[in-house]
Amino acid sequence: MTTSAIMHANQAAEWRPPTIFGTRRRRAIVWIGFALYIVWSVTSLDVDAQRILAGIPRAFDILARMFPPNFERWEILLSGMIESIQIAIAASIAGLVLSIPIGICAARNLAPKPIYLAARGLIVAGRTFHEVIIAIFFVKLFGFGPVAGLLTLAFASAIFLGKMLAEDIENMKEGPVEAVRAVGASFGQVIYYAVLPQVIVKSLGVFIYRLDANLRHSTVIGIVGAGGIGQTLSASFSRYDFDFSSAILITIALMVAVGEWFSDWVRRRLR
Amino acid sequence: MGYAAAPLSDSTGAVKASVPLLEIQGLSKVYNTGRKALDNVSLVIDRPQVVAMIGSSGAGKSTCIRCINRLVEPTSGRILLNGQDVVALDRRELRLARRRIGMIFQEYNLVERLSVMQNVLSGRLGYVGLLSSLRYRFPPEDIRAAFELLDRVGLAGYHDRRADALSGGQRQRVGIARALMQRPDLLLLDEPTASLDPKTSRQIMLLVGELVAERKTPAIINIHDVALAKAHADRIVALKDGVLVFDDIPENLTDSALAAIYGDEDWAAPHSMSEAGA
Repeated sequence: MTTSAIMHANQAAEWRPPTIFGTRRRRAIVWIGFALYIVWSVTSLDVDAQRILAGIPRAFDILARMFPPNFERWEILLSGMIESIQIAIAASIAGLVLSIPIGICAARNLAPKPIYLAARGLIVAGRTFHEVIIAIFFVKLFGFGPVAGLLTLAFASAIFLGKMLAEDIENMKEGPVEAVRAVGASFGQVIYYAVLPQVIVKSLGVFIYRLDANLRHSTVIGIVGAGGIGQTLSASFSRYDFDFSSAILITIALMVAVGEWFSDWVRRRLR
Repeated sequence: MGYAAAPLSDSTGAVKASVPLLEIQGLSKVYNTGRKALDNVSLVIDRPQVVAMIGSSGAGKSTCIRCINRLVEPTSGRILLNGQDVVALDRRELRLARRRIGMIFQEYNLVERLSVMQNVLSGRLGYVGLLSSLRYRFPPEDIRAAFELLDRVGLAGYHDRRADALSGGQRQRVGIARALMQRPDLLLLDEPTASLDPKTSRQIMLLVGELVAERKTPAIINIHDVALAKAHADRIVALKDGVLVFDDIPENLTDSALAAIYGDEDWAAPHSMSEAGA
């Protein structure tokens, strides 16, 4: 063996794949810290094995009482379901309309700096709270029922769609915008001729996705009293009508599956 | 307003010689970064001609052309288009002035999802109201003019194609048709051939030359290719570090002049240089 071959063999024996932590010492520190955190959180959250074990037979009991699902009160189920779907569709459309000015104002390459900052601030503030928290607030403002649910999802959709639209506008090609501006077009014409054609297909896809998401959200926000099937579900649980609850859950699962399939189908066609 | 369409009917472009078509006085541009892109540039165009603007990358060619229609805001100086100072205009007046300046881009800048016809008609956006333009409604004479122009630039029958289905040369022809739809008093071309192959580049330059002669509309062309510039321009101006260093007929663009513009001592013997480098 030559000396260089021996050197290469030694190098090969010493070589280790690089870790994402940089050094092995740092990796050890991270893992030890992680383990300590797990121990601390389990002890401080008072995770009681006794209680968890006691819950298991109760779960079997509830599952047993859920079967067979009871569709006798299908009229209540259906009207709750229809209300949820109506909330989802109306909120998506209202959100879409509101998202257009928000999206344009929040696009760095179209809006003047102060307007841009204001719109971005609105988006950050709007995304801070989960739909359920907004729903609790709106139920306090407008009372129980679908109006609160509709406004919640419309608000959340406008913020979400506005953010996605702003990002799309910021990623579009500047050239056509410059060209349309150069012929003496007004701001509205620039939006319609140079911006809209570049973002429309992706925006429609995002809208359909949001419609699908709203369908799922509309079943949740009902639990805090904002109307729809969630409200019916919540009532059935508190009355221990578990067989009716399971009927509702099965229907929700079916509706969400159909919604997801529809959303996938539409977005595939858009491409 | 009245002279917007004048170059079409006017038989002699020289009639308006008392007021130059375009006069740039002491134009300077300093970007926010502090870079001085243009330094006291002055230029007069008093007759329909093809003016090629050459210079190295970053010499200020693109900035200069964009200052004329204020896609870039000049820092100081005056730009007189038919005697009217473009720099002093407010937003509304600027839109009216831009209608009279056609622009053609290196990357064509067509709206790819729209049809060829919609792209060509967008050249008239400055003349139609917002509501009509939202429905893609244009006056019949505009649509007729668009068909004539497509025929003239060699794209007859392509009106319903989508812009992204065309080749580079075809897209640039659409870009030219869009600019001519404005019936401009001045054409600005920003590296119109830089994304095209040599043969298509020559065809585009020939077309531009013919159109300038037919319509008595002067054109300023930013161009990298010196040979193409010498072959097709009536006049050559050169920028170096934002300063106008050459303004003469192509015949006077000698090797020593090129060396001064591009700062390359070996300009006269480029072949020996590339061989030495290999």
